[in-house]
Amino acid sequence: MRGPNIVVCVKQVPDSAQIRVHPVTGTIMRQGVPAVLNPYDLFALEEALQIKDRLGGRIVALCMGPPQAEAALRKALSLGVDDAVLVSDRAFAGSDTLATSFALASAIRQVGQEQPVDLVFTGKQTIDGDTGQVGPGVAKRLGMQLLSYVCRIPILDMDSQSIVVHRWTEKGVQVLKSKLPCLITVLEGTSEGRFASLPEMIRAARQPIRVWNRQAAGIEDLSKIGLKGSPTVVGKVFAPSRRAERAECIEWEQDQAEKAVSLLWEKIRARQPE
Amino acid sequence: RKAALDPRLAEYRGVWVFVERDEQGVHPVSWELLGAARALADQLGSEVGAVVAGGAEESLESHCRDAVAYGADRVYQTVHPVLAGYRNEPYAKLLCELVKKHKPEILLLGATSLGRDLASSVATTLETGLTADCTELAIDRESRALAATRPTFGGNLLCTILTLNYRPQMATVRPRVLPQPKKDHGRSGQIQKEEIDLSEEEMVTKLLEFLPHAGGDRLDLSLAEVIVAGGKGLQRAANFSLLEELARALGGEVGATRAAVQAGWVDVQRQIGQTGKTVRPKLYIAAGISGEIQHRVGMEGSDLIVAINTDPNAPIFEVAHYGIVGDALILLPLLTRMVRGQAVATKTSGLEVCSSS
Ligand SMILES: Cc1cc2nc3c(=O)[nH]c(=O)nc-3n(C[C@H](O)[C@H](O)[C@H](O)COP(=O)(O)OP(=O)(O)OC[C@H]3O[C@@H](n4cnc5c(N)ncnc54)[C@H](O)[C@@H]3O)c2cc1C
Ligand SMILES: Cc1cc2nc3c(=O)[nH]c(=O)nc-3n(C[C@H](O)[C@H](O)[C@H](O)COP(=O)(O)OP(=O)(O)OC[C@H]3O[C@@H](n4cnc5c(N)ncnc54)[C@H](O)[C@@H]3O)c2cc1C
Repeated sequence: MRGPNIVVCVKQVPDSAQIRVHPVTGTIMRQGVPAVLNPYDLFALEEALQIKDRLGGRIVALCMGPPQAEAALRKALSLGVDDAVLVSDRAFAGSDTLATSFALASAIRQVGQEQPVDLVFTGKQTIDGDTGQVGPGVAKRLGMQLLSYVCRIPILDMDSQSIVVHRWTEKGVQVLKSKLPCLITVLEGTSEGRFASLPEMIRAARQPIRVWNRQAAGIEDLSKIGLKGSPTVVGKVFAPSRRAERAECIEWEQDQAEKAVSLLWEKIRARQPE
Repeated sequence: RKAALDPRLAEYRGVWVFVERDEQGVHPVSWELLGAARALADQLGSEVGAVVAGGAEESLESHCRDAVAYGADRVYQTVHPVLAGYRNEPYAKLLCELVKKHKPEILLLGATSLGRDLASSVATTLETGLTADCTELAIDRESRALAATRPTFGGNLLCTILTLNYRPQMATVRPRVLPQPKKDHGRSGQIQKEEIDLSEEEMVTKLLEFLPHAGGDRLDLSLAEVIVAGGKGLQRAANFSLLEELARALGGEVGATRAAVQAGWVDVQRQIGQTGKTVRPKLYIAAGISGEIQHRVGMEGSDLIVAINTDPNAPIFEVAHYGIVGDALILLPLLTRMVRGQAVATKTSGLEVCSSS
């Protein structure tokens, strides 16, 4: 039995921990903010790598983005992914989630021409666009079963092409049985990530990354990608209006804590009669 | 981009809400959305529709009536065994078919694990726009389009997104971001049965089992009326007991910042903020919390915010209504005593404090 052919979608994002807002103008200061592999995608990668550890097979990391996004793919390679594809074309600029899912789905079909794809993994969401819409979108485009917010994969059986997953919901876990091929969006914290080994890092730095333009990704219909293929339009971007007044602070002297707290409690009760 | 709306799209009318439900009942976000849908529909001069679906008729009837009481003019009710328990395939198929048949102008869902899964699938199948995690919904006067505002960059900025030449216009909204509307049993609305052609044999994915979270039924932070939250300023895991005692005295729940969660002081279920829960309690007490934007976006909708912090310049004082500059480790126990003392006083004064509900 052959091991599964897996595609993991990864996005390059600005490291939001380092994004600062200009104290006066309230605009985002993006200059010099390093780009990283979307942290949620590390869990998707780890899940795929664990399957490969068990069953063999092949993992292709797939990213849509500008040429610099290659760095995210090198990171994926260093963790043990076999092959990497960067889908990059000016025609993709301005894509919303609908257009992004179209481009990624087309590229996955191309990967499938080499060998049928059994599983597609995505992260739960990104830390920049933060919509969580791309994974489900790709599943629908490919006509694959969608298994979202997966926190465990207890069974994957290539012989019967069946899979059992635990899907997280707010109230509990759904145990779902499905068929390959399917698309899984992986919940964060599902497993400890792994570190790149030195030989893997060397391999990752040397390995060529395949770069596909629109045609190579199998996209003919220009109306489905970029701004044209994006129904959502960003109207305006603005800073949230701050409440004008600051908190009314209770003044108090040292050793008068009890009095201060009682004053506070009176004020709370005055606003919350019960 | 100001092109006139395609006449075929102008046929789309009405503001719809997908009502999310399970065996225990309806998710409150659906009622919050109906409140917003009502306001949008009134502005557009159109109807509010609610989609209620499930596996067995009995449990749906009361949910349909509630949907009307919360603002729906028309409820589309579908009963089919494959709709017992949420699965993407049958629900996405149902919602797509209902939209194609009745052509709503706007379709709203909760930004929950179910709502996001379903909304993205439906938007992709219908090839229309979907704005995620909105905090405000309005109608753009010029274009008559839905202006859906959502936080970006962790709440530091907001952006308003429009879906101009596609219908329906779709959006998801997080629970507790919008206020819960008043229930009006006097409202009237129509309940309309809708059939769907599905069979279990066609369904590829099977729901084998549901394993409730341990203690998950006990804790629903987003519904708590009182929250006592703590951050790194509490210094140690053990000091979280100070919050627990105050929360117990007030009949509330304990919440926390991500920093406290990451320190391992408290379970991630209690995290409030951008990557945690959004809460909207009547009273929010923030102790030893700096009030970074990622925390504030999760709690600034609270009715009354009280902050305790040693630093008079902590940003939490910009969102709090009342503040006290001081050491939470000293002030929290005093406050707990005060609250308990009052509880005793009201009891001994013989007043009826609990309303019978
Ligand atoms: C501030 C802001 C707000 C936005 N709001 C919206 C909105 O409301 N609606 C909308 O339709 N678009 C929106 N967009 C556009 C959207 O971010 C882009 O379409 C983006 O390409 C993908 O969406 P995401 O980042 O939300 O990904 P998500 O849907 O959150 O990503 C989920 C997973 O999909 C995979 N993935 C996503 N993008 C890629 C990629 N380029 N390459 C490979 N894998 C990928 C990853 O595995 C990722 O973990 C917004 C963008 C910004 C910057
Ligand atoms: C992408 C991203 C997502 C995030 N999501 C979230 C989220 O969902 N929720 C969240 O909370 N954070 C989130 N954060 C983190 C957030 O930016 C802050 O780092 C975090 O909220 C700070 O937590 P804190 O207030 O507990 O700690 P600190 O910022 O360290 O503040 C501690 C405060 O306690 C005060 N203090 C110290 N000693 C005492 C004392 N004895 N008594 C009273 N006060 C005292 C200090 O003056 C200080 O103001 C996110 C960050 C990023 C980058």
